[in-house]
Amino acid sequence: MPTARAHTDPQYEADLRDLHSRVLALGGLIERQIANATRAFERRDDELAKSTIAADDEPDRMDEEIHDLCLRILALHQPTAGDLRLITTTQRITADLERIGDIVVNICKRVLELNREATVEYAIDLPRMTDIAEGMVRQSLDAYDRGDVSLALTVCREDDIIDKANEQFFSNLLSSMLKNPESISRCLRAMFIAKSVERIGDHATNIASMVVFMVTGKSIRHLDKIPKEV
Amino acid sequence: MSISAARALKTDFRSAPAAESVIAVRDLSMSYGGDALALRNITLDIPRNRVTAFIGPSGCGKSTLLRCFDRLNDLIEGVRITGNIEFDGVDLYHPSVDVTELRKRVGMVFQRSNPFPKSVYENIAYGPRISGERSRSVLDGIVERSLRSAALWDEVADRLHDSALSLSGGQQQRLCIARAIAVEPEVILMDEPCSALDPIATARIEALIHELKDSYTIVIVTHNMQQAARVSDYTAFLYLGRLIEFGPTEQIFTNPTQKETEDYITGRFG
Repeated sequence: MPTARAHTDPQYEADLRDLHSRVLALGGLIERQIANATRAFERRDDELAKSTIAADDEPDRMDEEIHDLCLRILALHQPTAGDLRLITTTQRITADLERIGDIVVNICKRVLELNREATVEYAIDLPRMTDIAEGMVRQSLDAYDRGDVSLALTVCREDDIIDKANEQFFSNLLSSMLKNPESISRCLRAMFIAKSVERIGDHATNIASMVVFMVTGKSIRHLDKIPKEV
Repeated sequence: MSISAARALKTDFRSAPAAESVIAVRDLSMSYGGDALALRNITLDIPRNRVTAFIGPSGCGKSTLLRCFDRLNDLIEGVRITGNIEFDGVDLYHPSVDVTELRKRVGMVFQRSNPFPKSVYENIAYGPRISGERSRSVLDGIVERSLRSAALWDEVADRLHDSALSLSGGQQQRLCIARAIAVEPEVILMDEPCSALDPIATARIEALIHELKDSYTIVIVTHNMQQAARVSDYTAFLYLGRLIEFGPTEQIFTNPTQKETEDYITGRFG
């Protein structure tokens, strides 16, 4: 946890630690969901896509539990300063993670549709984008775990990479659709997936910027340029 | 180095408020006799018409500092004070200062309500009367105005001549605030004014503090950090006689600059 010194109230300390580990558990599950959706696309694997969709109930349940725990800590312990920032940012981080889970479900639904069609053009680019997004989610959670501002800022800067990759992918598919109108249906589905991956990157960036606020109390969310240090 | 530059250097994060100050504390140290210092080199400005809270663990010096503003520590044998405190630009500890006059301008409300064993009316009228006010109609006006200011009038208007000791704890404490207000002080010092009250009575006092700050400068010592967060505009954190941090309450409770402050307000102390 970012704050090393233990709380004098053991129940409060236990609740904070419980919250921290629950967020990391939810994050780990979401990372696996992203990886499974990527593999389902790569391998055109209906079963993996379906099981990934079915597994979304678990992050939803964990999100509810974290929400309840945050409310309990607010009501019973009236957190202040770093603890208060931990609780409020955790609520937002959890919402971002839960939203990523929903996006993964949507990706898997498009994968199931794509599997009924011929292989999409430039298919190799999508898993590369997804790997970057998954890496951003993992790093943002590492930053949360360690209270690592430097790593969080790195994640925020990586968002540009995924945005540019998405633009390039969009441009490639557009050319393909113009040359071969028969590919429009699958290309549109692939574009939807790419846009979803880009939004996963946006949520990872949100998480990272929340970590910066959690640790420093300074907001970088609406800055045009990500600073090198805070 | 110029005097202003030297003062600017001293006026660091520990004495942050930008509002006009009514009490200026400079390099104040105090001992109750012996070598141990109860206060160590305190420098801070109490802003006018704001609520300033002193927080810190028991024995940190917050009540001692508060009592310096009213010179109540003078009554304790062996007390030694260095540095200075200016009240409206006048050295509080200068030999020419009339302490009785000072205590009219700086009122005090204590932890346990301490009404005189007299009627509600006489508790309020006592101060103005010993200051020379004899007119019954003027005194009546002061009593009503003070009780209204202390949000007590509606509850005691028909009991003005009952004993003050017949009031509830919360009412007695508001009576003490009304008594302090009656002599029209500039500053009201409150030393844990709600620690003996239930949550409803506490909420009334806190609401009263909000209303009073338009007319008075209030300095409150409290062990209840939520109360400090609720009622004060500025918060000073003291520890072992030192001023660790002083700043806007919102900043102290959301993003303090000093680790000791963070540890204390989040309950990670000791």
